[in-house]
Amino acid sequence: MYLFLLRRVGLMLLTALSLSFIVFCLTNLAPNLEKLARTEGSVRMTDDDVANWVIQNGHGGSMVSRYGEWLGVVPGWVLTDEKGVTRGRCLQGGLTVESAPRFCGIFQGNWGTSTVFREPVLKTVTNKLAATGWLMFWVMMVMVPTALVLGVLSGMREGSRTDRVLSTFAIASTATPEYVSGVILIAFLGSATAGISPVLSSWGWIEGRTLFQGTATSAMDKITFWNFALPVITIALYGIGYIARMTRASMTEVMTQQYIRTARLKGVSFRQIIIKHALRNALIAPFTVIMLQFPWLLNGVVIVETLFNYKGFGWTLVQAAGNNDIQLLLGCSVVAVFVVLITQLISDIGYVFLNPRIRLS
Amino acid sequence: MADWDPSKPILEIENLSISFFTRLREIPAVMDFSCTVMPGEAMGLVGESGCGKSTVALAVMRDLGKNGKIVAGSIKFKGRDLTNMSEDALRSIRGSEIAMIYQEPMASLNPAMRVGDQLAEVPMIHQNMSRTEALKLARQIVADVRLPDPDRILQAYPHQLSGGQQQRIVIAMALMAKPALLILDEPTTALDVTVEAGIVDLVKELGAKYGTSMLFISHNLGLILDVCDRLCVMYSGEAVETGNVEEVFDNMRHPYTQALFRSIPLPGADKNASPLIAIPGNFPLPHERPKGCNFGPRCDYFKEGLCNKGDISMSAVPDDDRHASRCERWQEIDWAAPPAKRKAVAKTPIGPVVLKLDDLKKYYSVSSGAFGGGASKVVKANETLSFEAHEGETLAIVGESGCGKSTFAKVLMGLETATSGQIMLFDENVQDTPIQARNVDTVSSLQMVFQNPFDTLNPSMSVGRQIIRALEVFNIGTSDADREARMLELLDLVKLPRAFAERMPRQLSGGQKQRVGIARAFAGGAKIVVADEPVSALDVSVQAAVTDLLMEIQRKNKTTLLFISHDLSIVRYLSDRVMVMYLGHVVELGTTDQVFSPPYHPYTEALLSAVPIADTRVVKRRIVLEGDIPSAMNPPSGCPFQTRCRWKSEVPNGLCDREVPPVKVMAGGHQIKCHLDDTILNTMEPVIKIAAE
Repeated sequence: MYLFLLRRVGLMLLTALSLSFIVFCLTNLAPNLEKLARTEGSVRMTDDDVANWVIQNGHGGSMVSRYGEWLGVVPGWVLTDEKGVTRGRCLQGGLTVESAPRFCGIFQGNWGTSTVFREPVLKTVTNKLAATGWLMFWVMMVMVPTALVLGVLSGMREGSRTDRVLSTFAIASTATPEYVSGVILIAFLGSATAGISPVLSSWGWIEGRTLFQGTATSAMDKITFWNFALPVITIALYGIGYIARMTRASMTEVMTQQYIRTARLKGVSFRQIIIKHALRNALIAPFTVIMLQFPWLLNGVVIVETLFNYKGFGWTLVQAAGNNDIQLLLGCSVVAVFVVLITQLISDIGYVFLNPRIRLS
Repeated sequence: MADWDPSKPILEIENLSISFFTRLREIPAVMDFSCTVMPGEAMGLVGESGCGKSTVALAVMRDLGKNGKIVAGSIKFKGRDLTNMSEDALRSIRGSEIAMIYQEPMASLNPAMRVGDQLAEVPMIHQNMSRTEALKLARQIVADVRLPDPDRILQAYPHQLSGGQQQRIVIAMALMAKPALLILDEPTTALDVTVEAGIVDLVKELGAKYGTSMLFISHNLGLILDVCDRLCVMYSGEAVETGNVEEVFDNMRHPYTQALFRSIPLPGADKNASPLIAIPGNFPLPHERPKGCNFGPRCDYFKEGLCNKGDISMSAVPDDDRHASRCERWQEIDWAAPPAKRKAVAKTPIGPVVLKLDDLKKYYSVSSGAFGGGASKVVKANETLSFEAHEGETLAIVGESGCGKSTFAKVLMGLETATSGQIMLFDENVQDTPIQARNVDTVSSLQMVFQNPFDTLNPSMSVGRQIIRALEVFNIGTSDADREARMLELLDLVKLPRAFAERMPRQLSGGQKQRVGIARAFAGGAKIVVADEPVSALDVSVQAAVTDLLMEIQRKNKTTLLFISHDLSIVRYLSDRVMVMYLGHVVELGTTDQVFSPPYHPYTEALLSAVPIADTRVVKRRIVLEGDIPSAMNPPSGCPFQTRCRWKSEVPNGLCDREVPPVKVMAGGHQIKCHLDDTILNTMEPVIKIAAE
């Protein structure tokens, strides 16, 4: 078990390193740096000035050594320009060349400064990740139980009317992308001029002007059912259909297994067959799918957070990309890589507990 | 159930008809089936696959699925009709009054539930027993089915047990509520013969102990003779003959029963002097059954206008114990007449040595952890394999699963390379040459016929195309037309109509597919053919035809046949020499007569004793091996067989525990790997005796 964990963690670190290197290379391409120079310096800089600015701000040198500096395994750059101003990677916050540490990369906790938010990247990323964490938490709380119940219900009697109805719903919901379902939901439930809200409001059934709020900005301070329901439902809807289909497939397969017949011919009631014999076996396959939803959620939130103006991780990623915020993009990608890898590790371990045929030892 | 009289039948099936309904049509699976099981009686249901025997069993349990329906007749259990019972009433009978034992124990046990919980569930449902009580009962029953260390077993998951242990658990589960009727659906088909012998003994003993009636379904006539009092032979959805087991075996009154007995290898059958007689033709599909007698088109006694006139009903054979036959002509047929078609052939002369193995070893190293970690262990799949095979000879390799016979085949074919030792194929050393590196001649002269014909043909390629492909690979023929002609010749060789070249594998029956497999193996003029259980997936009547075909091709081409099998009856019938393997070791090697008569290696003795023989004249000594085959990963010290050997006490000084026995060469080149002294070996008595002859 420990050996397995150790190997998996090692593999994770290796993956994170290579992925962050790729992202580093892509974000630090020459055109990006030029754009950075014009936004940070002056828009009217000459090409020579730009080249000079890039070098003076530590973006010269080879890609590998800059990556090393960013990681914190190569000493940070220190340069003195022609005006005698000494600048360096580690010289932020009033530190001098003497007092500053030699290394200051992400290993030392220095993730750089975001050019959009004008604050340390680490702070931005943790804040936004926490906001998205809440969103993901509620999505999971809604999505997983609903999907499993739907999947089990439709899978336990394949071809029955329940199965047909639930399967149709699952296929429809999974076939609708978030930007479509989000817009429909806002128009139908969260608009003061369209959908059912004006009607309900005129009847006096709801207090405000809308049934749900069409924007989730206020949820940044306080999450309520009113402001958070729509983004959660929008993301969950897609996942529900998908997981429900997986669960159904797994359930129908389990129901045809011989040990289910054994249980039936032992005299076990249908209800008990489902609960005691089929469920655990049927959940093995969807469990992996559910864990795979975490990385997908991290992507999915990009659209939904932008749509509902919820300032979370996805929204930040859009801001960073749109504004050429290199440090923030790098920070986001590192975090994303770790979220993905850690959920996969949890999924593998959980799989072992669900399936007694697989042992870690 | 209080009003049921124990002298009345426990199960009475009358004129039962079952159909499966598909979108296209109604497919009758069982027609007009009747049988009676008295208390304490064991009733056998015999027939080939597709004859409806399992459908009858499931009908008794009323578990025919969504498409299956009982369309006529009644099933009375203890006087109550099961066919119109409510779901709730059925549930109280299932598991408590009628229990079932299934063909594949692994698949019938819930993989994610502990064995103890699965067993305890039965009394908890039917007798409202508490969990602790139920587990206590489970422990007792597990001990009853003679499983070692019941506490550990109850805590185990099914995959942690061996096949034989799993089947014992399924039996224990069936016995938890002490049912009045036990349905056994091919309970030992998936198991090795020595394990099968243990299970059969257990079933008989428990049947006697609890007075349970049994409905025993099998395709193996020998097993039926072993276990049952009465039997019912089924053919294509109908019972064709029913009666007392001895009566039916010795005085059969239906042509199908007779043909069935003539197609299975019994002691005394010989491939040259008295070959098996295959039943001509094919099993009719359920919706293509002929008018009148279903067996008519394949019957030697068929009479136009009588047998195909209309439905034939069962008629009682007088003077016998409830013996009946579904034949119009049973009174006219001379049942004692010898079969007309049996033609003897000359023995093929044995040629020079074509294959020589010298001290061949194959070790695998495996890691023990599920995720690749853990200490690596060496599995000794083959140990010091030395033998020779001659041209035109059939050498049988016999042993139970895990004995290394398939590994040997892989090494020989070049799918694996040997760890050490030599394989001389003609004049060439091939032990280190993997199949990719072998030249076309070597590959085409050494071919294989596989066990499962259903999986070895490409489902999306026509039969002819597959054979032509083999010809192309072997560089045979110069043009497409040439190969086409050769392909048709090969179809002739395996006695398939030439029109089959256009067919897809799914349109063929199992026996026909195996013929295509044989044609493919012989496409390059193979000199040595490894046949890995070529007929074990086929029905008995087809088995005879396929073995016959193999023998005929062998005679024609002087092929050396390495026949890998676990079925000793067929081995005895067709092989010239036999090699017995156990845990990677060759324990006995000799001519068929030498191996099948004393002196035996103790393992061969047990193996022979375990084979069920469908002949009432045969008297067998029963030797049941205790325990399971040790794991090849962790073999016992000294002699590989010492853990289960009943002769071990005859060897002084615990030699068996310490040393691997040397190969002892007896008279006539008969080799036995055993520490037993010659004098003791010579006192061994034959396992199989034919009485009154």
